[in-house]
Amino acid sequence: MTAGFEQLRQTAEEQWEDLTTGDIPVITVGTATCGRSAGALDTLDVLRGELAGRELECRFVEVGCLGPCYAEPLVTVSLPGAATVLFASVNIKAARKIAAYVAGGELPEDLAFATIGTDSIPGIPELMETPVMKGQVRRVLRNCGVIDPGDIRHSIARGAYSGLQRALELDRDARIEELDRSGLRGRGGAGFPVSRKWKFCIDAPGDTRYIICNADEGDPGAFMNRSLLEGDPHALLEGMIIAGLTIGAAEGYIYCRAEYPLALARLAVAIEQAEEAGFLGPDALGSGRPFRIKVKEGAGAFVCGEETALIASLEGRRGMPRPRPPFPAVSGLWGCPTVINNVETLASVALIFQHGAAWYAEYGTTRSKGTKTFALVGNVARPGLVEVPLGTTLREMIFDIGGGVASGHRFKAVQTGGPSGGCLPEEKLDIPVDYESLQEAGTIMGSGGIVVMDERTCMVDFARFFLDFAADESCGKCGPCRLGTRQLLRILEDITQGKGTVSDLELLEGLCHNVMRGSLCGLGATAPNPVLTTLRYFREEYVAHVESRTCPALACRDFIAFEIDEENCTGCAACAALCPVDGISGEKKDLHTIDAAVCIKCGVCSDTCTFGAVETVQATP
Amino acid sequence: MATTNLGPVLSAFERRPESLIPLLQSVQESLGYLPPEALGTVARHARVPRSRVYGVASFYSQFRFNPVGRQRVAVCRGTACHVGGAKFILEQLERTLGILEGQTTDDMEYSLETVACIGCCGLAPCISVNDEVSAKLTPMKVRKQFKKARK
Repeated sequence: MTAGFEQLRQTAEEQWEDLTTGDIPVITVGTATCGRSAGALDTLDVLRGELAGRELECRFVEVGCLGPCYAEPLVTVSLPGAATVLFASVNIKAARKIAAYVAGGELPEDLAFATIGTDSIPGIPELMETPVMKGQVRRVLRNCGVIDPGDIRHSIARGAYSGLQRALELDRDARIEELDRSGLRGRGGAGFPVSRKWKFCIDAPGDTRYIICNADEGDPGAFMNRSLLEGDPHALLEGMIIAGLTIGAAEGYIYCRAEYPLALARLAVAIEQAEEAGFLGPDALGSGRPFRIKVKEGAGAFVCGEETALIASLEGRRGMPRPRPPFPAVSGLWGCPTVINNVETLASVALIFQHGAAWYAEYGTTRSKGTKTFALVGNVARPGLVEVPLGTTLREMIFDIGGGVASGHRFKAVQTGGPSGGCLPEEKLDIPVDYESLQEAGTIMGSGGIVVMDERTCMVDFARFFLDFAADESCGKCGPCRLGTRQLLRILEDITQGKGTVSDLELLEGLCHNVMRGSLCGLGATAPNPVLTTLRYFREEYVAHVESRTCPALACRDFIAFEIDEENCTGCAACAALCPVDGISGEKKDLHTIDAAVCIKCGVCSDTCTFGAVETVQATP
Repeated sequence: MATTNLGPVLSAFERRPESLIPLLQSVQESLGYLPPEALGTVARHARVPRSRVYGVASFYSQFRFNPVGRQRVAVCRGTACHVGGAKFILEQLERTLGILEGQTTDDMEYSLETVACIGCCGLAPCISVNDEVSAKLTPMKVRKQFKKARK
């Protein structure tokens, strides 16, 4: 195809080979947003500082997020002739020990989390054999935490843009067919077949077409797209170029949240490099067709994840949805046929063209093919970013990969699909995660957020949290959503404050159905899901709030009080030291007491007490 | 706030309505907020009515009409942070900084806001201070972090 690309690939592969198997020690540090917030930049500084003074050449590579957020900062060390070792939770002290190892010292085995690759070290598991990785299949995320996202040659050496090259060897129909055979469905939530969406756009009349990447990852509790953009931005660009050239677009827009400054910075660098390499520009990879990508920063509106609202925002207007049809595939940006795909969808497109449809469809269920990335968070022992074949059960994800509920508490519920999804109880954990099964259970796959809750979370309060979010983010265009979410919120607030009545439950249900039916867009149509699913699976909690005026989870502030037990209190004063309002007093080694007048019921004292002396008790609102 | 020096900021954008949001973002980046005069300047540059500029600016949560503190403290209100007790972090910040959500301290040092989700859910609860994220917080950690800064 193009000699230029072949040459670039060869150089990239040689350099990658040299980096990974050469004679110079290589140290990688995960410096994506999650790594940074755990102190990765300090870790990197210490490693650099410790090794700078020595007669030793070594290479530092800043990589993206490998996935296990709970174990950040993550560092790998590859010494010539030795296995690559992954170190977890590398604080400054640990960084010093690791630096000593690089300089020829003993391997600090206690810090080693796993080995990576074929070489092994007795007593240390291989990364893919560790419990957190074992059930996972890393395809979309294969480069995250492995390559330098700021260096296009790393991506190319690992296969990037070979899918684009292969796509260009096929004609348009063959590309659509390939996509169709892969069974890829939209990863943004709705699960619409990608090949059909593209076909609609191709068939729509018009001279100008657009491809838009929805990187406005607005679901609270989800960060799959952020990690991918920060760790492997070329995966998205490649998929987007394939999409653009296939539907006949000369221009593509990435609409990314402003709350992701690092992802935006990495995207800007990646686009510049892709332009330099000729993948983007007047003649994209020798296709004879121009293709350019522009990045637009979102300005903070959840509703802009809805495609017609996103388009309005790109056009410089308030991000308000409009009725469909016409669908954007027919009339989108500036009234032109437009395809909108999410980040993971487009990254999957690149994979499909790199490896073929059959390879992609190896995993998954009959109707949901491939792998899917999820953000596994909440009260789970090993929170992080995971990628599993569709059809994996929630139980496998939460208990095998996630290590179950954190700190010995009991599992209570799992929420999927963000504010548009619902909460499932323990008995639903064995359903396979695919588009249809989740929908049957009353929730949705969504973009991939999975929030685990233990018995300390009140389900009424959890529903209230999402309605608070929905009411806040409702754009205000249609009445059912603007007014309905507000009223739902009020009723839920009443219930969690002990002011609810039995008839409120019926009112809630009726209102939920009306908001779903009457709302203009997906935001309003799905906003009641958290309420409906909690009413369906956790009704007894609602009943307890309105009938016996108790919060079974001992979570709603108006229903509880904290007391210190005389028998168990040793007077260690640990709780007093951590009480944010200084509401605990007592002499050292003597019984302490909580001043109910200032207590904010944050529960820090009861979490802190190792003697079980701080009790949460029911109180009358 | 002098808006006459907005020239270089504006000139980077085409004089078309679709430049409106990037224009507002750039002006806010440069001035820290959107003073009333700036809205007029932006309207003229993007060739749209002032009412539309205000309509757009007031729609998106990113835009502010009041000056903001040197340190912008944003509490994540994402789901994982909520489950992890984000409301106690927010309340603690309100007590320690002596301001409520949406306010700025009199000395213009701190502003306190909430943000939809920082995307650091694996390390909840978290906050960001001028885009730098602190994670796995407790009310006491927050109190210590900002008590020191307040002195």
